[in-house]
Amino acid sequence: MTELTKRNKSILSVIVCAVFLAAVYIGDMLVPPTSGMRMLFTVLEKGSVYALVAVSMNLLNGFTGLFSLGQAGFMLIGAYIYAIFSIPTAMRDSVYQYFEGGLIKFSVTENLGNALGTVMGDFGVMLGEHIGMIFLMLCAGILTAGVAALIGLPVLRLKSDYLAIATLGFAEILRAFFQWKAAGPITNSSNLLRSYTTYETPLFPVIAAGLCIAFIVLLINSSYGRAFKAIRDDEIAAEAMGVNLFKHKQMSFIISSFFAGLGGALLAMFQSSVASTPFTSNMTYEILLIVVIGGIGSVTGSIIGAYLFVACSEWWLRGLDSGAFLGISAGFMRPGFRKVVFAVIIMCIVLFYSRGIMGNKEFSWEGLVGFFKRIFSGKKKTSEKNHKTNTDKEKEAR
Amino acid sequence: MNFFVENLPYILAGISVGGQYALIAIGYTMVYGILRLINFAHGDMFMVAGLVMVYLAASLPVYIAIPIVIVFTVVLGCTIEVVAYRPLRSAPRMSIMISAIGVSYLLQNTALYVTGGLTQTYPTIPWLAKTVTVFGAHTKMVTLITPVLTIALVIALVILIKYTKIGMAMRAVSRDFETSQLMGIDINRVITVTFIIGSFLAAIGSILYFSNYTGVMPTSGSMPGLKAFVAAVFGGIGSIPGAVIGAFIIGICENIIKGMELTVFSNAFTFVLLIIILMVKPTGLFGEKNIDKV
Repeated sequence: MTELTKRNKSILSVIVCAVFLAAVYIGDMLVPPTSGMRMLFTVLEKGSVYALVAVSMNLLNGFTGLFSLGQAGFMLIGAYIYAIFSIPTAMRDSVYQYFEGGLIKFSVTENLGNALGTVMGDFGVMLGEHIGMIFLMLCAGILTAGVAALIGLPVLRLKSDYLAIATLGFAEILRAFFQWKAAGPITNSSNLLRSYTTYETPLFPVIAAGLCIAFIVLLINSSYGRAFKAIRDDEIAAEAMGVNLFKHKQMSFIISSFFAGLGGALLAMFQSSVASTPFTSNMTYEILLIVVIGGIGSVTGSIIGAYLFVACSEWWLRGLDSGAFLGISAGFMRPGFRKVVFAVIIMCIVLFYSRGIMGNKEFSWEGLVGFFKRIFSGKKKTSEKNHKTNTDKEKEAR
Repeated sequence: MNFFVENLPYILAGISVGGQYALIAIGYTMVYGILRLINFAHGDMFMVAGLVMVYLAASLPVYIAIPIVIVFTVVLGCTIEVVAYRPLRSAPRMSIMISAIGVSYLLQNTALYVTGGLTQTYPTIPWLAKTVTVFGAHTKMVTLITPVLTIALVIALVILIKYTKIGMAMRAVSRDFETSQLMGIDINRVITVTFIIGSFLAAIGSILYFSNYTGVMPTSGSMPGLKAFVAAVFGGIGSIPGAVIGAFIIGICENIIKGMELTVFSNAFTFVLLIIILMVKPTGLFGEKNIDKV
């Protein structure tokens, strides 16, 4: 058990991954829609989206050392691109009711679904819709990356704090643009976009986010990733060693935005309606805090952080709002209290545990084995169960 | 001239808002000048001052409530510094910034919990809410008071920084943190004083700002906060007159844009301005040039 060969480790990872996905699939079939356990799937879906966005932010902040706060703006672009092009034609009049049905009169997912539907029947409709969804997600990512490339030209020449505030500013400008009345025929101004195609099984966001994160991990381990880390550690030394600073910063920025846009599209699917109002700087702050909780510079940390964050805010701490938590009930536990407790926990992590859950290390089987060894060699078995659930979740990223 | 007459109400509102931004911007610029930290929580402190005023004015007369609000804000500002920033003094800059974001998150969520997410109506301060007519444009007294009060406070502050011992210490610390420590300056005391001044001005700014608006929301601090920071960058971070001028420019431009029915872009404009100034003159109008040493 102590010595695992590399081959065995990858087999183990694949098995755990497959078991996890199968468990999600079977669980989704078995758990009835009314059950309280349904929350588990909500957390899984939203957590996957947040994990993807957090990892993309970590690529910038943790691996390239660029303190960028524009993530919400990029997610906004992605979410809108996806939503705008997948609203069925029949629904357009009611969604764009203030803009005479809007400018765009087609739906990529619907058209593809119909096209394949005539050839292959019901299965073709489903297949076409899914191809359309994936195509649109990629489009969302690519367009977001394009916008990021333009923003990056001026912004990436700035230093730490100025970069942070300038990216924050761009996110705010983007939001203003999407709310602009003159852009209404396309963006529906400040009204909701809804009734577009969404996924049906929680497997979809989990697999999509997993694949994207896997890509980011590959990138980080490549020579580009090493250049990013060199820039993070010392810009001047990196430049002296022949790393083209601007090119690599721009690359990291664009790739991070690509995945933020893709994450935005997934978030749009998860929410099944999109408005530009929630994509404020607060959303960016939440994602940043996820990265910090997980550990800046650790991909697995960000993933664990995202699931913990979503699970706490959506599920585990819900009791604090309704007045009964772990058997305690008190008058001061009224709506909103959960968020206060949550913010205090985050502050404690920031102040006393600034390395986060994983520090800058990644999950490894040796680490897990070592962790359990330490527990069984005399210490109390307190956090074993927690850790177990976390490690399960990491698997899907592998 | 026609433009001036048509836009007079907006220009007046702009000057007033500009003065209020200036009071917040000074807090940012001083903290940044000394700690090199964007105090993201500053805007939220401004909001908390507004909320405290709402709750105090419900049971106390306004003239007692105002001093209590100011004292409360100052204490809050210092507490945040001691609890959230002081332990991280030797940590990387990114950690302090994250800590500031955490404090901002905490203040907003606490405000959300206390208010229940409802907009709280700001009490009318009788004298400030009086309507006056300037060149045929109707406006509140607070519009006229703000620029005067702002400029008076700024002059007082500049005198404090130029001619007192603590002011000299502040200038020394903002020039070189470590050397001034070696020269026997009590850094923590200087930083506390900075936070006291910043919070004091933010409290006054909050009273003036919210008198102009109908209500306070948990999120109503973040936008003015960011704009004030932009003003500070625009004027050259670390420079107090720069921050004030930047704030007035932003306030006036923003209100003229509102007058042109492009209200959604009034916030965006501020950031466009920020990006332009960062491109053209990254040190701001009155900023000092920074040289990176290897």
